Amino acid sequence: MSLDRRALAARIAQDIPEGSYVNLGIGAPTLISDYLPEGAEIILHTENGMLGMGPQPKPGEIDPDLINAGKIPVTELPGAAYFHHADSFAMMRGGHLDFCVLGAFQVSQHGDLANWSTGEPGAIPAVGGAMDLAIGAKQVYVMTDLLTKKGESKLVAECGYPLTGVRCVTRVYTDRAVFDVTPEGFAVIETFDTTVDELSSLTGLTLVDRTSIPEEA
Amino acid sequence: MIDKVRADAADAVSGIEDGSTVMISGFGRAGQPVELIDALIELGPRDLTIVNNNAGNGDVGLARLLANRQVRKIICSFPRQVDSWVFDGLYRAGEIELELVPQGNLAERIRAAGAGIGAFFTPTGFGTPLAEGKETRNIDGTDYVLEYPIRADYALIGGFLADRLGNVVYRKTSRNFGPIMAAAAATSIVQVDEVVEVGALDPEAVVTPGIYVDRVVAVGERPWLEHGVFVGADDAEGHRGTDAGTVAATEGGAA
Repeated sequence: MSLDRRALAARIAQDIPEGSYVNLGIGAPTLISDYLPEGAEIILHTENGMLGMGPQPKPGEIDPDLINAGKIPVTELPGAAYFHHADSFAMMRGGHLDFCVLGAFQVSQHGDLANWSTGEPGAIPAVGGAMDLAIGAKQVYVMTDLLTKKGESKLVAECGYPLTGVRCVTRVYTDRAVFDVTPEGFAVIETFDTTVDELSSLTGLTLVDRTSIPEEA
Repeated sequence: MIDKVRADAADAVSGIEDGSTVMISGFGRAGQPVELIDALIELGPRDLTIVNNNAGNGDVGLARLLANRQVRKIICSFPRQVDSWVFDGLYRAGEIELELVPQGNLAERIRAAGAGIGAFFTPTGFGTPLAEGKETRNIDGTDYVLEYPIRADYALIGGFLADRLGNVVYRKTSRNFGPIMAAAAATSIVQVDEVVEVGALDPEAVVTPGIYVDRVVAVGERPWLEHGVFVGADDAEGHRGTDAGTVAATEGGAA
């Protein structure tokens, strides 16, 4: 069985240890917060100026001054901190965040990321904080389906879409397998009901098989 | 005596001329100084360059300024949103110029202006279309792009409380671009819920010191507070009773 969005979010949550400072990108990566271990002190950063972000508020308790990067109302946890935008992005760019998890249109075997524009003529471009996150966090994880709706691989030799960041992605979590970006290209470290051979055929890439080697602690 | 307090929003925005560069704080709707923007619409200067993270939401505030055809160019990081139909229409019709800047570069360019920095090298955007044509440099093994400050003639800022000296505190994530824009503009104008006595703000908690602020105006308490106590809202626009007739009826009765 390949993993659905929620199962994949739960899988990624397992790899985020207590004590981490984490930025979860807009969209599917936000789901990861639902699966972080109960009671574990993992501090969520939101680009619009907050550490210690909590879940969405109860009905009627929305505070329009308290939103996340997706402009969705959130709450503050005890120990939260607010800061202005230049500080917030200094936290990213300065390498202070342990993890960020982003969506992707494409990831190249060198770790290049394309996730902000398909370059279609007439489309209104919008980049937000994606380029800062991509180059800033210590570990840049991507959460995505392996294939597009048309069946094309999102893991590619070279990105065809406009880049978000160069050689920045460290790991890609997909519905079919988990890949590390290595100097030898993509290394498969875990599969979900598939094989490295099948993944090679789906992606058209030469993949390194590391599925039998236990993950580094 | 220093007194930066203006009588109303119209007084606070007076003097903003055609062709001005105006920074507007806010991330989406949070921290957007809607009363100051409404006063700017009323005042009517045209051909403005606006600096904001977004390009307006819905039909109010910045979106209304755009719809009123007062803006020639917008410098922002994320114009396209579910409720950015005003900008979308103008952009598709070729009636507004867009300078798209990665959000952290936008913030740092604004910060640099206020801090007197001539330019800076940032890793953000290197190797992407948004760095095309810009000077780059490899420093100690990392590639950087040269970025220049963004200065403004005016900044319109959504604060929470201020005193007549211009010291400002903000509320939660509505702080966002306020402090850096206050420092980056020649004339910084802050709207707050209430102007408090000098000495009422804890000096340890002042976020924007008054040196950066030129004009302050009180616009009344935001609807999701009552006498400084959080009472909540039913949606992110701050409405109450949007899905509960009883709440609306109670409020109507009280008024």
